Amino acid sequence: MEQILANGIYLGAQYAMIALGLTLIFALMNVLNFAHGQMYVLGGFVTYTFYGQLGWPFAFALLMSCITLAVLGALIERYLFAPVIKRSSREESTMLLAAGLAFLFDAMILLLFGEKQRGVPKLVDGVFNWDFRVIMPYDRILIGALAIVSIVAFILFMQYSKTGRALRALAQDRSAAQLMGVNVDRYSMVGFALGAMLAGLVGGLLVTITGVNLGMGGPTSIQAFIMVMIGGAGVISGAIAGGIILGFLEATGLALLSQYGDITYLLIFVSLMIFLAIRPQGLMGKPWG
Amino acid sequence: MKRRTLFKASAAFALTLSLQATTAWAELPVLKIGFVGVTSGPAAAWGISNQRSMETRAAWINETGGYTIGDTTYNIEIVSFDDQKDPKRAIAGMEKMAQEGIHYVVGPNVDDGAAAVRPVAEKNGIMYFPYAFPKELYSAPASNAILGMVANYQSGPAIYKYLRDEKGVKTVGFVAANESDPLSQREGGVAAAKALGLEVVSDNATYQVNTTDFMPLLTPVMRTRPDLLVLSGVSPANAPQLVRSARELGFEGFISTETAQDATVLREGAGDLANGFISVGGASTPEIASDAMKEFVDRYTEMFGEYNDESNTKVYALEYILETLKANPAAIDDVEEFKKTIDTFEAPNPYMKGDAKLRYVGMTSFGQKRQLAVPLVVNVYQDGEFETLFIAEVD
Repeated sequence: MEQILANGIYLGAQYAMIALGLTLIFALMNVLNFAHGQMYVLGGFVTYTFYGQLGWPFAFALLMSCITLAVLGALIERYLFAPVIKRSSREESTMLLAAGLAFLFDAMILLLFGEKQRGVPKLVDGVFNWDFRVIMPYDRILIGALAIVSIVAFILFMQYSKTGRALRALAQDRSAAQLMGVNVDRYSMVGFALGAMLAGLVGGLLVTITGVNLGMGGPTSIQAFIMVMIGGAGVISGAIAGGIILGFLEATGLALLSQYGDITYLLIFVSLMIFLAIRPQGLMGKPWG
Repeated sequence: MKRRTLFKASAAFALTLSLQATTAWAELPVLKIGFVGVTSGPAAAWGISNQRSMETRAAWINETGGYTIGDTTYNIEIVSFDDQKDPKRAIAGMEKMAQEGIHYVVGPNVDDGAAAVRPVAEKNGIMYFPYAFPKELYSAPASNAILGMVANYQSGPAIYKYLRDEKGVKTVGFVAANESDPLSQREGGVAAAKALGLEVVSDNATYQVNTTDFMPLLTPVMRTRPDLLVLSGVSPANAPQLVRSARELGFEGFISTETAQDATVLREGAGDLANGFISVGGASTPEIASDAMKEFVDRYTEMFGEYNDESNTKVYALEYILETLKANPAAIDDVEEFKKTIDTFEAPNPYMKGDAKLRYVGMTSFGQKRQLAVPLVVNVYQDGEFETLFIAEVD
């Protein structure tokens, strides 16, 4: 039981971070960013390049992942999403753009980083072993803690900074925010950059544990969408709740149901369908959007 | 004015270069060989190593004057199609090969894709070389598919027997991805282990192919305390994480797989924790690699920036196709002639030291010769490199 709890906390923190960026972008711009997983992968590869290949300090590599993805996110919003949103009122236009971006990133990643699985040296050696009741490598504990600190920092930023308040206003009511003097174009770009930066941050953190490869983008996006659906689209606390719930469901299912074969995700998907039929807006979403 | 002149000069120079290139290429007729396999998504490494092996060898042949079959010398062109690991796309790919008049195709990489393309290949007179293991593809009445590598039901028993006899292994646990190939390989592995008298202590732990955290999966498996943990059909993307997680959970037994792996990927993903990991390789370990194999590795590295150890096995398919066509030039557009040549074909193996031969095998497993005699090289990973554990032959 203790092991399930430990695995659940670690997985939950990791998943919540993945979902945060996706839900932030959705909240601000009503864009389903299908390329979120690819941004995560790109963040992992940037950290891999600086830390794993060039041997620079991990903190610097992580910073480079954040900066690279933030700049990329800002450029994508400024030159791709913003014009499309202005010219087309159809939501599927941005969805198609996001899907196209996902394919583009996949192709770019293949060209730049190749087809192989990549990994970096462990940050900390050794394994915490509490009488074989809880076994957890120290690097997972470190990354789990960093993920929790990052989530808390993000919440504080959104709650108390001027930018965070502007972004929340934008998410709540775009027109009202504009009338109150919020520069909508500028903060949309900042919000998208922040969402992409979060993807880069979690990619950079997790490359130390899971490694990274070309094919991880699509499945990561799907996982992030599941978490957002559970918690409620566009709600920050919902994304965190969705991530933690998915983490615990996975840890519990794999520990208790493994003797029955791979039914953990089958049960998760069935439960999700039933849950969404009863509460389509998710745990913390509003039925009116 | 100057700018216009510069533009004209540049255009003329570019045209001259392109004409020169076209002329050089047009000097020889082109023999097209197809590849239909997965080169995108999580399993991309499998297909890309196939495709790049073929492209490296084709470029090498073309650079050194082409390949002579009968009275004609050809340049080799590789026509590739990404089936995205989707059987429907694999069919579309094989149909494209048929439309281009291609009779020899390497791939697909997985079981369902290889099964799906069979009717298209047989209808259009295409011999294809899958990296997939279903026996019905290679057993009569099927006759157009030739297995391009050593199957898990051939390598698995050899590895288990070695570990039982040499290392005292008595109990085995299996872990597989929840996909058709790994699951069927697990079933084959379980049967082989039981036939050797080993006790199977865990055989139902499976994981989603996109899993990135294997600790929750492996925790219950480790409680069964197997002497040997078999990662059935594990992809190179998942192997380092599985090995690392098992070791971090305190597993001290042997870990093996029947799939080919890459030493760099293992080093980066698991470091020293991957020491002792047993996998199936090809012909590039220093003990057995010939000078031609070393040159292939150098050329591959030069073309693509980095070698992939999976290509140790995948270097062979194109070589077999060309050597068999050389042995019977009538087969170049008639696969029935190719089939007639299979039974008696033999040529020196350029990639291995000694007097190893290229020949078709498979009588024991399929009742007919529908498998490339790729050496069954079992490797063990140690400090960033593969070392040859033992070499065996298949038939």
